[in-house]
Amino acid sequence: MMFLFVVLGIVILFVLFAVFLYNKLVILRNRVNNAWSQIDVQLKKRYDLVPNLVETVKGYAAHEKELLENVTNARSTAMQAQNVDQKGEAENMLTSTLKSLFAVAENYPDLKANQNFAMLQEELSGIENKIAYARQFYNDSVMTYNTATQTVPTNIVAGMFNFSERNYFQMEESEKEPVKVEF
Amino acid sequence: MIYQEISSNKRRTVILISFFILFIVALFYIIGLTFKGGVFLVPIGVAIATASSWGSYYYSDKLVLKISRARPLEHNEYPFLDNVIEGLSIAGGLPKPKAYIIEDSSPNAFATGRNPEHAVIAVTTGLLEKMNRQELEGVIAHELSHVGNYDIRLMAVVTTLVGMVVLVSDILLRSVFWGGLGDDNEGGGEGRIIFIAIGLVLAIIAPLFATIIQLAISRKREYLADASGAMLTRYPDGLANALKKLATDRNQLRSANKATAHLYIVNPLKDVKGFTKKIFDTHPPIEERIRKLEEM
Repeated sequence: MMFLFVVLGIVILFVLFAVFLYNKLVILRNRVNNAWSQIDVQLKKRYDLVPNLVETVKGYAAHEKELLENVTNARSTAMQAQNVDQKGEAENMLTSTLKSLFAVAENYPDLKANQNFAMLQEELSGIENKIAYARQFYNDSVMTYNTATQTVPTNIVAGMFNFSERNYFQMEESEKEPVKVEF
Repeated sequence: MIYQEISSNKRRTVILISFFILFIVALFYIIGLTFKGGVFLVPIGVAIATASSWGSYYYSDKLVLKISRARPLEHNEYPFLDNVIEGLSIAGGLPKPKAYIIEDSSPNAFATGRNPEHAVIAVTTGLLEKMNRQELEGVIAHELSHVGNYDIRLMAVVTTLVGMVVLVSDILLRSVFWGGLGDDNEGGGEGRIIFIAIGLVLAIIAPLFATIIQLAISRKREYLADASGAMLTRYPDGLANALKKLATDRNQLRSANKATAHLYIVNPLKDVKGFTKKIFDTHPPIEERIRKLEEM
């Protein structure tokens, strides 16, 4: 009789422990999701800024049509990206088209002197800084979560309840290609 | 290395606190044995210490800001400070704390607040003038880490424990002087006197011991904040360089005093000397902190 109680006790302990691990995984996964939406907030600010920037540049450098179209297209692609990998690639594209835009703007002193343009440039720089920090936090959260899904004994619970690994937000890949500036 | 620093400091905090609690339990047990009715001191001590500590902890942000004569950061004042605080809050997944300025040429900064939602960070104008961007980021990251690691709450708990020990020992000593040592019907007179002597010695030493443990915990949390801050910026040299500059600055912060000294990034009171410096300092030695950062 006693033996039965002991076994029951052990089983209950195991179940409690499993519940504890499950909850831990839920918390870590929610942190990852939250961290992603924080990046999204900053990315959206960037999307909102681009049309204004394009209009301002058009006013002074109308024949840079191709460049401006690149920026606008890159923005649309980025806004439609579905998962982390697509987003990463699309955001890289947008960053590099914007870099080209600012490189070209060097040739238009009137544009550079424009107050609005200067302000937009400053704002964009601030937003990209925050994107970097948000990305760092997202990747940190992903690492903690992935580690939990991989280490024993949490990985057992993770497997049982389909906690899958998440991808890191790579934003460096496209920057390996040289930025093409066309005049 | 950073991860090692972070986990070892967290571990050491747990060890210190457990040791502290064991010490308190042992102390009260011996007091209970030695002095009749001594056991009743415990709830009194707990109640008073808890009420006073947690009262000040709850209003820690307002209190400390008043004492330090800090004023809120105006809207467009020092925009780079605002950007640094906002950026690092994002990196740490913390809500953005309120920023305050202290008009003082001595470079220093502190963070307080009972949880990340009610956190404040204050920096002196001296700090803003003397640090470059990376160094400022290192300092702010350190302060934000205190918030994120709930150090303010931890130190409030520790202070309460110390307060308990101090109060109980104090009441005990007074009751010895004013009589009321217990029932004379107890047998074994000599044994009892030895016990009383031990109890007295403990009552005198206990507050000192408790304070030493409190300061040891404070130092570990400072190391932890250094390491966590380095994690946030991914650039330990920023804080290392800031500390180097802070080490050579001789000005004493006007509005700092013993009650608020532990909150600042470096001890604003420069009067602690020699051997006593090591165990009675709220902060670890600056050279050690710089060395650990450079090894990360």
